[in-house]
Amino acid sequence: MGLIASVIEKAGIPTVSISLLREVTEKVRPPRSLCVPFPIGYPFGKPNDAHLQMHVIRQALALLESDGPLPMIEDFRPVQQATTESA
Amino acid sequence: MATLHDLKLSHRLFLQAYPFRHVDWSPGAQLKKRLQDATLTLISTAGLYLPEQTPFNHDIRSGDCSFREIPVETNIQDLLIGHPSPAFDKAGALEDRNLVFPLDRLRELVELGEIGGLSRRHFSFMGGIIAPGRLIKETAPEVAAKLEEDHVDAVLLAPA
Repeated sequence: MGLIASVIEKAGIPTVSISLLREVTEKVRPPRSLCVPFPIGYPFGKPNDAHLQMHVIRQALALLESDGPLPMIEDFRPVQQATTESA
Repeated sequence: MATLHDLKLSHRLFLQAYPFRHVDWSPGAQLKKRLQDATLTLISTAGLYLPEQTPFNHDIRSGDCSFREIPVETNIQDLLIGHPSPAFDKAGALEDRNLVFPLDRLRELVELGEIGGLSRRHFSFMGGIIAPGRLIKETAPEVAAKLEEDHVDAVLLAPA
């Protein structure tokens, strides 16, 4: 997947990749990666957890707007759960 | 985070010894618009395909380098999962395809105004391609050309 990202980036379109295996990402070195703390098969967190999936996507897309040096390998920051939904 | 230690010994030894290829993409591309104005494309390597499309070919020992186009209007729960690796636990993705291909979430982000829009087609490859020569020279550049054709501003890629 990192290779596909690299080819697209080379063609001039910025990419960001979700990474489940940092060790592999550090070898392939695609331009921007968000390393997520989930098992293989679960890149966006949990099934039917739109809230968590959305946070993964938002943190990944934020790397596209970052000015940091490339390659960029960031860790997913877990989201604080709201303490109570209602009073 | 999964680490190589979570994998079966055979997979781990393979990945530790495997000479990963690197494609030189430097200096990197820039997002030319703000995200809220940008058109995005999603690319998965979970081997997803639609029932009417040709399944990925598991008989190619070095890996099937082909790709499938997923139209933006696809009901993603219809997608079949062709990735054969036993390291990929498909249970979660079978329950909710957004786990590997979150097109529903991206549609919501468009509605929320956080991204500008989605391209008319998205893409799926097979993961775990052992001999990626054809992927690098042929099929990934083909997708890059389609992205240019669709005026895509940025791409989100996800593994299985």
